[in-house]
Formats: sequence, C-alpha cells, structure tokens
Amino acid sequence: MLSLPPVQKLLRPKSVVGSDVAKEVTSPVLATEAGPPTCYSALRADELRPLAAPKDEGAASTGQPPRHDDLKEMLDSNKDSLKLEAMKRIVAMIAWGKNASDLFPAVVKNVACKNIEVKKLVYVYLVRYAEEQQDLALLSISTFQRGLKDPNQLIRASALRVLSSIRVPIIVPIMMLAIKEAASDMSPYVRKTAAHAIPKLYSLDSDQKDQLIEVIEKLLADKTTLVAGSVVMAFEEVCPERIDLIHKNYRKLCNLLIDVEEWGQVVIINMLTRYARTQFLSPNQNESLLEESAEKAFYGSEEEDTKDAKAEAASLAKRKPYVMDPDHRLLLRNTKPLLQSRNAAVVMAVAQLYFHLAPKAEVGVIAKALVRLLRSHSEVQYVVLQNVATMSIKRRGMFEPYLKSFYIRSTDPTQIKILKLEVLTNLANETNISTILREFQTYIRSMDKDFVAATIQAIGRCATNIGKVRDTCLNGLVQLLSNRDELVVAESVVVIKKLLQMQPAQHSEIIKHMAKLTDNIQVPMARASILWLIGEYCEHVPKIAPDVLRKMAKSFTNEEDIVKLQVINLAAKLYLTNSKQSKLLTQYVLNLAKYDQNYDIRDRARFIRQLIVPTEKSGALNKYAKKLFLAQKPAPILESSFKDRDHFQLGSLSHLLNAKAVGYQELPDWPDEAPDPSVRNVEVPEWTKCTSREKRKDKVEKPFYSDSEGESGPTESADSEPESDSEESGSSSSSGTSSSSSEEEDEEEEEGGSEEQSEDKEGEEEEEEKRKKKKEKGGPRKASPRSVGSEEEEEAEGKKVKKAAGPQGKKGHAETSSEEASASESSSSGSDSGTEAPTVVEAKRRKVIPSSKAGPKEISLLDLDDFTPPPPQPVPSSSIISTSLVTDLEGLTLTDTSLAPALLSPAFGAVRTYELLHRMAGEGLSVEYCFSRRPFPGDPHMVAVQIQISNNTDAEVKSLRVSEPKLLAGMRIQEFPEIESLAPGDTASVVMGIDFCDSTQAANFQLCTHTRHFYVSIQPPVGELMAPVFMSENEFRKEQGKLTGMSEITEKLTLPEKCRSDHAIVQQVTSAANVGRVPCGADNEYRFAAKTVTSGSLVLITLEWREGAAAQLTVNSEKMVIGTMLVKDIIQALAQ
Amino acid sequence: MLSQPTAADPVAFRAAQPGAEAWVSALCSHPTWSPVQNALKGIAEKMIHSLFLINCSGDIFLEKHWKSVVSQSVCDYFFEAQEKAIDVENVPPVISTPHHYLISIYRDKIFFVSVIQTEVPPLFVIEFLHRVADTFQDYFGECSETAIKDNVVIVYELLEEMLDNGFPLATESNILKELIKPPTILRSVVNSITGSSNVGDTLPTGQLSNIPWRRAGVKYTNNEAYFDVIEEIDAIIDKSGSTVFAEIQGVIDSCIKLSGMPDLSLSFMNPRLLDDVSFHPCIRFKRWESERVLSFIPPDGNFRLISYRVSSQNLVAIPVYVKHLISFKENSSSGRFDVTIGPKQNMGKTVEGVVMTVHMPKAVLNMNLTATQGSYTFDPVTKVLAWDVGKITPQKLPNLKGIVNLQSGAPKPEENPSLNIQFKIQQLAISGLKVNRLDMYGEKYKPFKGVKYITKAGKFQVRT
Repeated sequence: MLSLPPVQKLLRPKSVVGSDVAKEVTSPVLATEAGPPTCYSALRADELRPLAAPKDEGAASTGQPPRHDDLKEMLDSNKDSLKLEAMKRIVAMIAWGKNASDLFPAVVKNVACKNIEVKKLVYVYLVRYAEEQQDLALLSISTFQRGLKDPNQLIRASALRVLSSIRVPIIVPIMMLAIKEAASDMSPYVRKTAAHAIPKLYSLDSDQKDQLIEVIEKLLADKTTLVAGSVVMAFEEVCPERIDLIHKNYRKLCNLLIDVEEWGQVVIINMLTRYARTQFLSPNQNESLLEESAEKAFYGSEEEDTKDAKAEAASLAKRKPYVMDPDHRLLLRNTKPLLQSRNAAVVMAVAQLYFHLAPKAEVGVIAKALVRLLRSHSEVQYVVLQNVATMSIKRRGMFEPYLKSFYIRSTDPTQIKILKLEVLTNLANETNISTILREFQTYIRSMDKDFVAATIQAIGRCATNIGKVRDTCLNGLVQLLSNRDELVVAESVVVIKKLLQMQPAQHSEIIKHMAKLTDNIQVPMARASILWLIGEYCEHVPKIAPDVLRKMAKSFTNEEDIVKLQVINLAAKLYLTNSKQSKLLTQYVLNLAKYDQNYDIRDRARFIRQLIVPTEKSGALNKYAKKLFLAQKPAPILESSFKDRDHFQLGSLSHLLNAKAVGYQELPDWPDEAPDPSVRNVEVPEWTKCTSREKRKDKVEKPFYSDSEGESGPTESADSEPESDSEESGSSSSSGTSSSSSEEEDEEEEEGGSEEQSEDKEGEEEEEEKRKKKKEKGGPRKASPRSVGSEEEEEAEGKKVKKAAGPQGKKGHAETSSEEASASESSSSGSDSGTEAPTVVEAKRRKVIPSSKAGPKEISLLDLDDFTPPPPQPVPSSSIISTSLVTDLEGLTLTDTSLAPALLSPAFGAVRTYELLHRMAGEGLSVEYCFSRRPFPGDPHMVAVQIQISNNTDAEVKSLRVSEPKLLAGMRIQEFPEIESLAPGDTASVVMGIDFCDSTQAANFQLCTHTRHFYVSIQPPVGELMAPVFMSENEFRKEQGKLTGMSEITEKLTLPEKCRSDHAIVQQVTSAANVGRVPCGADNEYRFAAKTVTSGSLVLITLEWREGAAAQLTVNSEKMVIGTMLVKDIIQALAQ
Repeated sequence: MLSQPTAADPVAFRAAQPGAEAWVSALCSHPTWSPVQNALKGIAEKMIHSLFLINCSGDIFLEKHWKSVVSQSVCDYFFEAQEKAIDVENVPPVISTPHHYLISIYRDKIFFVSVIQTEVPPLFVIEFLHRVADTFQDYFGECSETAIKDNVVIVYELLEEMLDNGFPLATESNILKELIKPPTILRSVVNSITGSSNVGDTLPTGQLSNIPWRRAGVKYTNNEAYFDVIEEIDAIIDKSGSTVFAEIQGVIDSCIKLSGMPDLSLSFMNPRLLDDVSFHPCIRFKRWESERVLSFIPPDGNFRLISYRVSSQNLVAIPVYVKHLISFKENSSSGRFDVTIGPKQNMGKTVEGVVMTVHMPKAVLNMNLTATQGSYTFDPVTKVLAWDVGKITPQKLPNLKGIVNLQSGAPKPEENPSLNIQFKIQQLAISGLKVNRLDMYGEKYKPFKGVKYITKAGKFQVRT
C-alpha cells in the first residue's frame, strides 16, 4: 500500500525549498513577488488580446503583465462558486495558450477541494503546469495518494490518471507503486487507467522498463475487454520487441477483439499483424495447395479413401505443403467482421492485416469496405486512397469491380482527384482501358489545370503499360497539342516525348508537328522537351532541325535556363550530324552561352565546345563525341509513385509519408520456418476441458491429417471460442462479486444487482427442482443437463450411442450410454448430480423422439441429426461422427431391406446443420436445424426438420414453443410439442414438419420462450423438398420418356478432379438433394430419382460422364422451377 | 510566410517566432526544463500529443496538450501548407515537420490540428478528431468558433476525458454526457445564480457496464423510437444523359428515447438489398450475419444505426433528367445557356427541393437568365450559378435560359461546366428498402415507433 512516508522522504532533501514553498503557499503576496521572472519574459503579445470566455478580464487587461490578484483572492475565498469561477477563467487562459503559471501556489491549495468540478479544473491546471513547478506540485501528491485508496473506483482511477500525468521525475517511485497497485485493482476501469499510466511513467523514466514490463505482462493476462486495448498500447510503447509476452495471450486477444472498444481494436490489430508476421508462415508460398485446402471445407467425410490417396500424392509432389496455422486462421476469421465497423481506422487496420497476412485469394474481401470509406470525410478519403493506390499495384483484380467508384467528380478536391487518377491508372488493363480512356477524355476538359496535367501523365502511363492503346493515346495527346491552354499542351509535349522515345522511327510526323509548336509554346519544360526530341531524332527530321536551331539561337538570350541547356544540346548534336548546315549556328550559340549569367550554362558551353569542335588542344575524347551524344538512351519508365510503397506497413504514417516516421516498426518478413506454435497453448485450469479437447484433436487428426490441415483452424476455434467466452464470463462475474465485497459506496448498485441476480438464480433453481420432480412423475419430457462448448462433441457421441441403442430397447446399451453421459456431465460441471443423471438421461431419451411411438423399429428412428456437430464449423468434426456411425450401424439389424447402406451413408454424411438462432442473438439460446431426410411421421407431405435447442444461459428456459407462423398460402407447419423447460446447459432435440408446398420459400415463425420471442425462419434448399423413390432402370426410362421437352433441363459441366469417381459423384449428388440412386447398366451414367414431398411429382436425375472431365446433367421434372434450381445446386455440389 | 513581426499583429508575431528547434534549445538552457527535453528526444511517445484549433483567418483559438507542452510555433508549418494549398480543401491532412507530424482535419470552418511525434495510423487520429468535432456539435448544437469559445471550459473538460496520454479514453457521447452535462440555457442561468456546475454530481457507472454506449437509468414519459431511412443517390450522368456511374448510399439515423434497457430488433422486408453495411458498435454482428436482423441495445438519443451501400450492380433509378445546352461562341463575348430539369423514374412521388449549382468557367463575367420557375443567383466573384428550383411539376418543366457574358478578348472556354443537382423525395427509399418491423424486448411498456423514408441527391453530377 501507498503511504505518506515516501513523499516525506522525497521532500526531505529539498527541505530548504520545501519550507520556502510552504511560506509561499500561505502568503499569496509573497508568492507573486517570488514568482520566477521567466514567466514575464514568456509573455506574448497575444496575452493582450481580450479573453473571449471570461466576461471580465479585469486586472489582466490593464496593460501591465497580469498579476491575477483578483483570481488569487477568489481562489482563497471560502465560497466554492468563487473558486469555480476563478478556475474557469484560469482554464480559459490555459486554453488560449496563455501563461498562468504564477497562479500555481494559489491553485494547488485547492486540490483537496470537495467540489468535484473545482477539483477537476485544478487537475487540469496541475497536469499543465506541474512540470514547471515541480516542488510545489509535490504538495498535491498526498491528495492523490489518498485518492488512490478511495473506495470509489472512479476516484481511484482519476487520482492515478492525474498522478501519472504530472511529469515530475521525483515522484517516479510513487507512480511505480501506484501503478503496481492499480494493476491488481478489482475494478477493470482502474486497471485500464493503470495501463494508460505505464507509458507515461516510461517516458518519464525509462529505467523503470523492467518493472513496467512485469506490470504489462500481468495486465496482458487480464481478461476484460476494457483493459485489452490499453495494455496493448502500453506494450507497443514500452516493449514492442518482447513479442514473447503475446504468445500466451494471443488466442484470447483474437477472441476478445470484437468486443474491445474501437480504438483498442486498431492498436491490437496492428500489433497482431506484426506478431503474425513473426510467428506464421507466408500463406502465399504455395498457391495451388492452398486453393485445395480452401475447398476442402465443403467436403463431406465419406470419401476419405480416395481423397487421402490424392492428398498423399499431392504432398509427395510438394515436400512441404503449406498448412495454415490454426492460429493464423483464427486471427483472419476474427478480424473479418470488423471490416464493417463504423470507424474508418478499424476498417483500415483490418484491411492492412488482410493485405499483409491473408492468402492472396482472400485479400479481396477488404476492397468493398475500403471503397465504402470513400464516402467519408475528405481526410479519410485521402488516406484511404493512398493505401488503395499501393494495394492496387500489387493486387489489381481486387479493386477492378469497383472501378467506377474511383471516377472523379468536378467537386472533388484536387488532391483527391489526383489520387483517384492514380488508382484508375493502376487498374487499367486491356479490357477496361477503353472505358478508362473515355473517362480521362472528360477529365482533360476540366477547369482544374493541375488535374488536367495529372490526367495527361496518367494517359502516358496507360500508353506505356498497355501496348494496344499506345497509338490511340499518342494520337489523342497529339490532338491536345492544339489545345488552347498552354499547360495542357506543355504537359502533353512532355508525355509525348517520353512515349516517342519508345519507338521514335515511326513518328517523324509528330516530331515535325511539335517542331512547329516552338513558335507558340512558352512553357519552358515543354520547349525543352521539344528541343531535346528534335536533337535526339534530328536524323529523322534533317530539314527542320537546323531551322529550329536558327530560331532558337535568335531568342536564346530570352530563354529560361532549362531551355538554354537544351538549345546547346541541340546545337551540339546537329553539329555532329550535320555540321555543314549548323556549324556557324553552333558557334554562335556557344558564344552566347559563354557569356550567360548562369554558370551552369557557361560551364556546359565550355565543355561542349571542347568536346565537339576539333582543335589541336582538344583531347582524345573528341572522336567519341558522337558516341557520347547520340548514344541509345533507354526509354523512361513511367511508373506509379506508389510502387513498392507496400514495404511500409499499410495504413501507417510512414506509408503515407513514404518515409520512415519516428518510432516506426518495420513489418518483419515471414519466417522460413514456423516458430513453435505450442507456445500459444494456454493451460486450461479445468482438467476435463483439456482432455476432451485433446481427445477430439486426436480423433480429428487421424483420418484427416494428410489432406485437411487447413481445417484444423476452424476446429481450433470451435473449442477455443466458447472456452474464452466462458473464461471471460467467469472472470467478469468473479470480479464483479469480489469488487462488490470490497467496495462500498458506489458499488452498492452493482452489488445489489448481482445479489438480485443470484437470488433470481436460486429461485429459479428451486422452481426447476420442483418442476423436475413433477416431470419425473408424469411428463415424459425432460432434458438432461448438458455441458456446453467443447464437451458437446463428446456428449453428442454419447447420445448417439444411446439413441442408436434406445429404440432397439437394449437396456444394457442404454445404461452404458447414460453412464457415459453422466460421467461427462459430472466431470465437466462438477455437479453432484451423478446419482440423478441416469434417470434424467433416460427421461430425455424418451422425450427426444416423440415420433418413436409412430413407427418403432424403423431406421428412421435413428436420431441421426442429433449427431451433427455444432456450428459454425460442422465439417471437420463430422468425420468423427460418420466414422463412428459406421460402427454403430454395423451392430444394427435393418428391417427395411430396401434401404441399402450404400444409399444411407451418403445421405447421412451430407446432413448439414443450419443455424436458426445464434447464441448471441438468442441471448444464450442457440437453435440449429437440419433436414433429417426421413418422412415426417404425422404427414407424408411434410418435410421433417430436426431442431436442436441448447440452452447456454444460466437460467432455465421455460415453455419453448412455436407460435405465429407466417406462411405463404398453402404452406403448413406442424409444430413440435412445447418444451416445458430446458435447464441451463441442456440441449433438446425435437422434430417439426413443414409443408413447403414444393417451393423454396422460407417458413417464418416465432420461437417463444416464457420471456422472449425470436423471429426465425427456415428456408429449405431445393434438394430437401423431395424424398427418394426406388425404381428400376426400365421404370426410370419410361418415366423419363414422359418428361421431355419443357420438363427436361440439360446442362453441361466439367467434373473437377476430385469428383471423378463413382463414389464421389454419388456422394455429391446425394448430398445436394435427397434422392435415391437408380441402378444403371451403363458404366458412366448415374441415375437418381425422387418425388417432391408435397405434390409427389417425379424428379429424375441423370448424370452422364463423358470423356475426361466433361459431363452432362439432365433433370426431368414436371416442376420446372425445382428442376432448374436442382440443376444449379447439383452442379455447384459437383464443382466443389 | 514571414512578415515583419509587430506586437500589434499577433499572427505575424507568432509566425516570426523561432522554429521548434530554437525553442527547444532555449528551453534546455533553463535548468527546470530538463524533463521536457528528455521527453522530446529520448523516448518515443505515441498518439496525440497536442491539439490546436485554428480558424479560417489563421488564429489559434484553443490549444490543449496531453503531454508536455508543444509551442504554438509548430503551427507555422501548417500555415505554410495552407498557403500553398490555396483552397482549404487541398491542405494535406498529414504534414511532416522536422520534429513533429501534424495531422489535421477541416470541419465547419475550423482546422483541428493535432501534433504527433511518432508513428501512428493516420486514420486513427483523423477519425478521433472527427469524433471530437462530432462531440462539440452534439454538445453545443454547432461546431463553430464562437460556440467553442463560449464553452471553453466544457471543451477543455471534454478533451480531458476523451483522451488520456494521447490515447482515446471515452468517446461515446452517452458516457461523456454523464460525466459532463451539456450546457442548456436554463442550466447556465441556474448555474450562474447558484454557482453549481456542469459536472455530474454522481459519478457515472456507464463506463463499467457491458454496454458502454448507453447510459444507465434512462427514463422517459413518452417512449419513442424513430428511424429515418435516408438514401442518397450518387451519380455521374454524362453529356448524352446516360448514366456513367450510379450508386445508392443509405443511412439509418435513429432517435431513440426509451426508458430502461430496451433490446430492439429491426428487420427488413428485403435485407438482401444491402450490399455493404457498417454498423454502430451496439449492433450484434452475428445476428445480422445469420438472420439479417438488426438486433441491438440502443444508445440513448440520436445516433447513426447503420450506413449501407446498394451496389452499383443493381440498376439505380435516376429520378430527374437534365436537358442542357451550354455553348460559348468563338470570337464573341457571349454564350448561350439553356437548362431544363424534368422528372424521371420518380415512383410517383414529387421531386422537391431541387437546387442546381454550376461552377462557371473563369471567363464568364455575368449571366443574364430567366427562370420559368424559382430564382437564380450568380456570384461574379466565385463564378457560381445557383438556381433554386423548388418542386418539379411534370406539366410545366422548370427551365433556365439566357445569355452568358464573357470577358471580352478572353479565349472561349474549352470546358463546359458540370451541373450539380440536389433534390429530395419524401417518403421514398429509392432502393426499395423497407423496414419490416421493430420489436422491443426487455421492457414492459409499449413504445411509439416511427419510420421515415427520404431520398436525396448525394453527389449528383451531370457532365455537359
């Protein structure tokens, strides 16, 4: 704890000064006299300007340097109102930049004032002047020390803020103590302030670095969003090189990012960009493999064998296939939503992160957001356009779709116009050049001449870059030579000169034309350019060149220096090529130049004379003169000034200035070898969590290892996200309660709240208990408590086993499964309900399948949809499910023989879960649905929709039901029976039927709980609107014959390599649509048949596989709309 | 830049002061200044160092330092750039000086010039400065020099709260208003009598809640929620009347006065229209991603809920057309000007508030026109022609026609000016966006809900 002694100790060596100070404080009159003379000398003329804010300037404006006697009197009075008035006037003086330092003693006395506003203004004053009057400032320290122990967190925070803002080196130890103390404060707000104080202390005394790093390390581990941004800021200022501090916090930062306040987001994203560059491998090192891994996400898991083989081959081909680190993926995924921030700085930060870190194929997503920023304030536009200009050089394709957004309006400021022009030029390519040139044409007629000049240069650049339009551009530019505006002409000449240098031989006409211009054109640069051209290509215009020289010689004395130099050049070149005609002229020009005022020109003349005119004295160089002057000169390269600017981190000040700014940290290059990724692993305190995740990882890795590493990212986050969430909520709740216990006054509200909450919870629990009992007596519906997040997987498996066994009525199986379930439950939640669990689970089993009564012993009883893993990343984990599913199925005796396993498995493997209600949106209630592809028991015309509801809140959710369906005409809905209650952490699975009327229109309804209504809608993919039918080949042919003409839709497609096996094709088609395979004699033909659920119309699918990759898909169906959509869906599925 | 320094002319006096380096060395010679020197050259300090507010005539009328004091003379570099730029719009937002970087914005005739010492994302500073200007606007009703001068203490308090050590601390208007009460006429009268203050008596709790944008304990007798769907058409129409570029930019501005902690969800009939959306931080992003529903606990008062773009891929209905004939005769000092505006694709609504502004070429001396509707003005100094048309009635199309007088002897202007059109259409969102419904959860009362649609011209330009 802080105490007074340190201050006294600090003061003691200065006791002499201190006593003086004390005197000063007690007698204000003395203070003015003792006031340092420096403050008078610092006075400025603007001191004399009338003050705007305070009404009466009084003493200050009497002419003499202000003594502020009246202010001092007011500050010494007992009335708060007078003090306040005085402080307001003093602050106004500070705001005006006037010196108010002589009031220091009078002001500092009021630091302990009770009135909050006076106190605040005193703080403002102190922060401003403490540095100048260090000894006096020390008097205020004890007030802050007291404030640091205040029970109110805001007072603690503000005391720390001011204490750390007083830049007085002597209090460094006190500050250090205070920061350390505050860093472990219960209030996150105080901790945030502590983080802010770190750089302040560091800038005051850099020797404290080591201690400060310790504090930073501690604060980095903080789990509240409030602190995250500030501490990363402190990290960046104090120890950006200590990247190792980030490892353990990396995943947490990624996951918290979206909830951090805007400014913190910018800082964190920039830091993480740098971090990622040191820790991960470049995602663009191996592009072909990368594409493949991106596609893998779409695959079901059934065709592992074939894919494994292929992937192995691929990995053999490339010895080290690129595999994106899951943490790298996590960063990319978690920053992406921030592209939609309202804060331009956040958007830019994400954009630069993507530009520097994302695989090439993914960088494109940032373009849209950046283009959006172009609607913002012109300063924002300016910065964004600079960055877009740099990006558009490297990744032109990204911005091409937004070409028109860069079109220029006459009302844009010139600096914006020029940047837009830069972007347009960068985007120009063979296909869009004609549009761009047409656009440029209108720009040339603009009133803004600087902009016109820039446009002409842009045209020049387009002409050099795109050979196709070079002649067109050149012609256009030549036409501009007759423009009335001299600037336009001059700029054109300069650009034409550069263009001509590329292919001079063909353009003697243009050179002649330009030679004529010398009479009219006055802009020196243009004249110089023309002269240079004529000189350089004098052999192409042998007749004109000497004449031009003659004219120029005449006006030589009146020319600008740059022109004179070119005249000398021209003369020299003509002398070398055509000395007969130009010898005298050259002599004349050189003589004129010899007496020029400019020494540069005199020197040049002397040098050239020596070089070209052969005399006895002239040296050996004379014979090389021709080589020297008429050497082949490389054509200039017209390129963007933004080229290679991307070696600066985009969005940075250095990038904008194209120069390294002070404190800029170089963006490191990708490492060749990835550093150990395990450093980022965080030990999770709960033992179960750890094991369950490891277990799962093992499972995932074995079957998938070789071909789908790209996916391990999603898996990783699937468990890391809920984990961090729970951690966060845990920490916040704990901090909440702990703070309430220690803090009194202002915390009372909060405390009351939390108490109330806990009471509520208790009450609910009691209620729940009662209900449980009730249900156990009568109701068959009871959900078993379920753990959330990472356990879900394990749990699902348990359930699956249980359910597979359940309908069969195998008691033993059921028991083991329930044991398993209860084990996982008790281990994860640590609850002591172990004894209760089996009954509960059994109850649940009864409840989960209300349809079980309808048709026992049917395969449809298998509640397969329950197996699907939780979104948002269903794919990787589905592998576990399906593999274990196979083993499950093996133990089953299937009564319905018509359903061959071959048909079954694809259907099951392809089950996709859709989200009905997200956990966030549903306030903890998350609902997913999938199409179970089995007949809905009540009504054959309905599509069965399996709905899985998990309660992630910490309260019981009661009376879950469907209400107020809003359906289109003809559509019907069979609601699932009301779920009376769903305990926290529990999951229930129900089936509802929807008659979609064979349309893909969404069914909208409300999902109601006892407190809330959620609007949800289910939209079926077209493939789910049908049920498989089984027919023979002949039947198929016959039916197909009836459905020709309008009812037949044929589409050609190319099969991707992965889809060229029977297995893959069947898999993809059945995953896209709920169809049954029809046996087929021909080798390369696949047939499927189904009937739409509502009307029972036949849908026949034929896929002919021709040579190589070519294939033809035919769909015959009365329902043309369905047919068309189906074709699309199947092709899409096959293309994946 | 340097004029003779006189004490009477403060600007010139300041301009003539020695540069920053000289200032530093002067300070260093004084023993008590050593820490400043330390801060300047020793350790990298980040983010915003100081802020200067400068009016159009080049007076620095407010300065605020979050770290050690930076002399006003640093602004000389800014004045230099300003002079070079001629137009206020062309002052580069980032200026590099030997010891500092100046990042500035121009808002409401005030330059906000911030002093930076080290690398910082420029947009970070620009965005923050705009947030400061927004806050002033919010507090004083306008962000003008007089408003700032009249409320200098509040301004200072605001700046103190918004930035700590150069890093943004509290920028949400709801939080700031809890810390520092905005001035009202009544309160200033009461304050002057009782001597009480603008600072909140109770300390805020909002900063500590999970929803930093909403203040606690909001109470209204009438609970209302209003949403204005405002769409602006950005377009470039070429000479022949065909659309070169058109796109719809929309925003939903909300005014929410609801007690307690309402949880709102706003859904659209056709959310797919929204191509690119940016959100107020209160909106639950994932809900939007999955359901296309805006779900949020709103801030109290006025705020911008979302802004969106309807992509240029969609066809944009252009509600007006312009027939124009502007020509300048060769070798004579006059020209013709004839412009007619008519309605087109306006969905049966009236186009109103039509104003046309044209920047005429410099050679134009005067214009002699007659308008069949509305009135026109021509400013011979700025060469801006403004025609206030009003409402367009299809029966009688507004027309503006007459003679343009050119400077005698001056060459015929090469270029034709482009016409900037403004208009407004009430009760129509041109993209067809429709709010489906607004639901409130978490509170018991029944709020009054209202949605208003307006279509306006954004940057609507007709090339001639």
